[in-house]
Amino acid sequence: MSTNAKVRVATVWLSGCSGCHMSFLDQDERLVDLAKKITLVYSPLVDVKEFPENVDVTLIEGAVANEEQLAMLKKVRGRTKILVSLGDCAVTGNVTALRNSWRHSDQAVLERAYKDPADLNAAVPTAVPKLLIKARPLHEIVKVDFYIPGCPPHADLINYVLTELLAGRAPVMEGRSKYG
Amino acid sequence: MSTNTVKLKIDGVDVTAAEGTTILKAAKDVGIIIPTLCSLEGLTAYGGCRLCLVEVSGTPKLFPACTTPIGPGMDVTTQSDKLKEYRKIAVQLLLAERTHICSVCVADDHCELQAMANQLGVDHVMFERNWSREEIDSTHDFLVIDRNRCILCTRCIRVCDQIEGVHTLDLKLRGKDSQVIMDLDEKWGNSCSCTSCRKCAKVCPVGAIYVEGEPIEHTKKRDVAEFIVERRNRK
Amino acid sequence: MAQELEFQNAYKYRINVCCSSGCVPFGALKVLKAFEDAVKEFGVEKECKVARTGCIGTCSVGPAVLVEPGDYLYQSVTPERVREIVRDHIVLGLPVKDMLYERNAYFKKQHRLVLRNAGKIDPSRIQDYINMGGYGGLLKCLTDTPQAVINELIASGLRGRGGAGFPTGQKWSLVARAQNSPKYIVANLDEGDPGVFANRTLAEADPHAIIEGMLIAAYAIGAEKGYIYIRSEYPLAIQTLQKAIAQAKAMTLLGESILETPFKFDLELRFGAGAFVAGEETAILASVEGKRAMPRPRPPYPANSGLWQKPTLIQNVETLANIPLIIQNGGAWFAKTGTPKCTGTKCFSLTGKVNNPGLIEVPMGITLREVVFDVGGGVPDGKKFKAVLVGGPSGGCLPDTLLDIPIDYDSLVKVGAIMGSGGIVVLDEDSCMVDTARFFTEFCVDESCGKCTPCRAGLARLKDVFGKITNGAGEMSDITTLEKSSSFIRDGSLCGLGQTAPNPVITTLRYFKDEYIQHIVEKRCDAGKCFKSRGEEEIE
Ligand SMILES: Cc1cc2nc3c(=O)[nH]c(=O)nc-3n(C[C@H](O)[C@H](O)[C@H](O)COP(=O)(O)O)c2cc1C
Ligand code: SF4
Ligand code: SF4
Ligand code: SF4
Ligand code: FES
Repeated sequence: MSTNAKVRVATVWLSGCSGCHMSFLDQDERLVDLAKKITLVYSPLVDVKEFPENVDVTLIEGAVANEEQLAMLKKVRGRTKILVSLGDCAVTGNVTALRNSWRHSDQAVLERAYKDPADLNAAVPTAVPKLLIKARPLHEIVKVDFYIPGCPPHADLINYVLTELLAGRAPVMEGRSKYG
Repeated sequence: MSTNTVKLKIDGVDVTAAEGTTILKAAKDVGIIIPTLCSLEGLTAYGGCRLCLVEVSGTPKLFPACTTPIGPGMDVTTQSDKLKEYRKIAVQLLLAERTHICSVCVADDHCELQAMANQLGVDHVMFERNWSREEIDSTHDFLVIDRNRCILCTRCIRVCDQIEGVHTLDLKLRGKDSQVIMDLDEKWGNSCSCTSCRKCAKVCPVGAIYVEGEPIEHTKKRDVAEFIVERRNRK
Repeated sequence: MAQELEFQNAYKYRINVCCSSGCVPFGALKVLKAFEDAVKEFGVEKECKVARTGCIGTCSVGPAVLVEPGDYLYQSVTPERVREIVRDHIVLGLPVKDMLYERNAYFKKQHRLVLRNAGKIDPSRIQDYINMGGYGGLLKCLTDTPQAVINELIASGLRGRGGAGFPTGQKWSLVARAQNSPKYIVANLDEGDPGVFANRTLAEADPHAIIEGMLIAAYAIGAEKGYIYIRSEYPLAIQTLQKAIAQAKAMTLLGESILETPFKFDLELRFGAGAFVAGEETAILASVEGKRAMPRPRPPYPANSGLWQKPTLIQNVETLANIPLIIQNGGAWFAKTGTPKCTGTKCFSLTGKVNNPGLIEVPMGITLREVVFDVGGGVPDGKKFKAVLVGGPSGGCLPDTLLDIPIDYDSLVKVGAIMGSGGIVVLDEDSCMVDTARFFTEFCVDESCGKCTPCRAGLARLKDVFGKITNGAGEMSDITTLEKSSSFIRDGSLCGLGQTAPNPVITTLRYFKDEYIQHIVEKRCDAGKCFKSRGEEEIE
């Protein structure tokens, strides 16, 4: 099989703990089979700086919490055929979005992180991307095609969804996925 | 009790059951499990969650199986595309209504709402979630209520009233603002009627009422009401 | 009629000053006082009776004053011009033309059965009611068997005016047949819909019609105890009813051995605290029992297991006010008005962008167009008609093309509206249909009792989606979300509140979808109602 015929897959890490990517790796030896069918064209696991065009499947971990991630998500959506929300942060907002129930959480969360614990020169850094008022799951911003809930999602489930997608079938989630 | 029996069909299966039996019970007796959240054996039916809606041929109306008595000649359908769709919407509405974050919830893996979402294939919620700021009360010696996880099924209220017999719990306000309260809206630690029997924590389908520091699988005993009622009825 | 003549003879003129909740804020009590002074001043108090009455029906041009004989209706009467009316009309016999209400259009197509006495009798005087033939129905029914009374009801074809349109005679048969006792009657005067005031007006104008209706019902079904459930926001109606009950008791029309027969019936008021849902029949029962007004699933139906698990008849007060007429004149007579499947008349609170707002009573089967354009006099200020909301906050928004449907329970349901409690709101080109649907959804969010998921959680999410669309953040997928959740709320809710709450959403999506698309795609609101404040919810 030539590399050209391989399915172009990407993974993206937004506001998540990277646990979903760990679970992706937990597919273990099944990754070997997968590697025969896919090319990983962009991922925290490979060293590509710019998200490429014409991606077949992109798995995104994490909620959208700041403007940089918002722009990234829109770019990815524009360049991907099938977009998959990977893990609870991407699917529900999860822990990343717990701040949403505070008022003015974009400010409050920065102060809590940078000011409250500091003994000297307490200040919110200005170089970090501006936080959105709410952290959001992906599908509240762009169209998402499939969802893999779980915190983290089980490696078997990730493998099941990828296998189905590669076979051109829509995964059936009844009785398979679990939040948390 | 009436000894008259009624014949009907549930999902094509011929069923005979005593007059007055609910569709839910009659179905269960022949091994057909209809999804439920608010209903709990041993407590009076409530009809609130609407997971148990079923179709009855001859009418476009849907009927809650937990409160609808069987009728002669009824032809009941418990699974259809429409029902599946509606049940999924119901679960999504419950997940979106308050802050349900399974990964950090005491009831993770022991939650009926989480399990229902799994069973029905609710892999995302189409509504924007409402990040609630309901009050958490941990003033009791060991019982905690986190109202952000409450789905307002009133099982706790019913078990406290009907099984424990003290009626510590009830609702205040209405609609989306409804809250489970203790006595006349006292802090739980100040409740003078609560016997600390834990039955509310045992039957709560989610992680809204729990025992501090106790593994959730030790607390949850959702058949406590059924068990007590059965014992009481033994002669 | 003989009594009527006698009473007309005693006084040559009768000046009826509407002192109901609609006219009092306009200064009706001052006008009343001015009339009393003026008739004395001109020395005509012997031939002219000044009466404090209930609503005449022209609430927007109050204070309204009706001078009999001849039914001269004066509008916007001020204390300053009262002398003029007494001098010219009463003393000289020349009505004051420039103050007369142009009554042709407004009253021509109305047919006043329920409101037969409204504005014509002093509601605080039982004698006034009796003079008009009141309590004749009760007298007549006491000589009949209960079954004969029920048969008359069935023949009349009367259906419940509280919204659902259940055949009243059939309901009575069910309660009459129920084996348990005692039996109860609950008169529903909760009227929780915003902008609706027909039941209040009835109670303020003709309380004895309700009481007589209850008595006849009690006789027919064998009840000995009744409650009128009335919201506490209706102080004048409460006062009027309390007085009426006391007067009826004093005349042995209520209590033990009514009119010296073995029939007994006792009546009490119960007060609601202003929750829309408390008008739902199972919620009302809970509330009368002193519990939280939360609906419960049916069966068991109240006819078998209502108040304290006893058979209970729940009836809207407008339904009840029809009863004395049916008994006096016969079911067949009643059935001549309206349509074959939907007999009699219906009161509507006609409001919104219409020239003659007010309380109207029209025969069933009249078209919406006649109500809006003939009775209502059309849209003011040369504006274009846009839609009419029929059935209160959970009614349907109907466009011009549906105005020719007849008003009856079944036709309204077919097009997505309901009879409801009889609220009709006319909307002109200045209204935004998305905003209208949002407004009524928010009302229902606040009024949901919270028991069932679709209504409690579903309506709240609909409200969110409307917030998004009217903020400029709407997406086309929001329309699907609205459609899917509305149908679940309609089909899945426990009680009528949730089942009908999505009607404004469903009908505006059905008949005015282009407006939604305009809001979502072009971020444009032609009526200028939306996109005013940009909420903090926005992400971009
Ligand atoms: C949310 C809700 C509110 C209602 N409010 C009233 C009300 O204010 N007055 C009323 O007569 N019926 C109301 N109803 C209808 C009653 O449930 C009941 O059908 C009616 O009182 C029966 O009387 P009828 O047969 O004379 O119409 C309401 C129903 C619902 C679902
Ligand atoms: S611990 Fe027992 S008595 Fe106390 S609130 Fe819970 S159920 Fe009621
Ligand atoms: S606390 Fe638990 S048992 Fe009680 S109403 Fe809420 S979800 Fe139900
Ligand atoms: S439909 Fe609404 S008002 Fe009726 S029971 Fe359900 S939550 Fe309560
Ligand atoms: S189980 Fe029937 S409504 Fe909840």
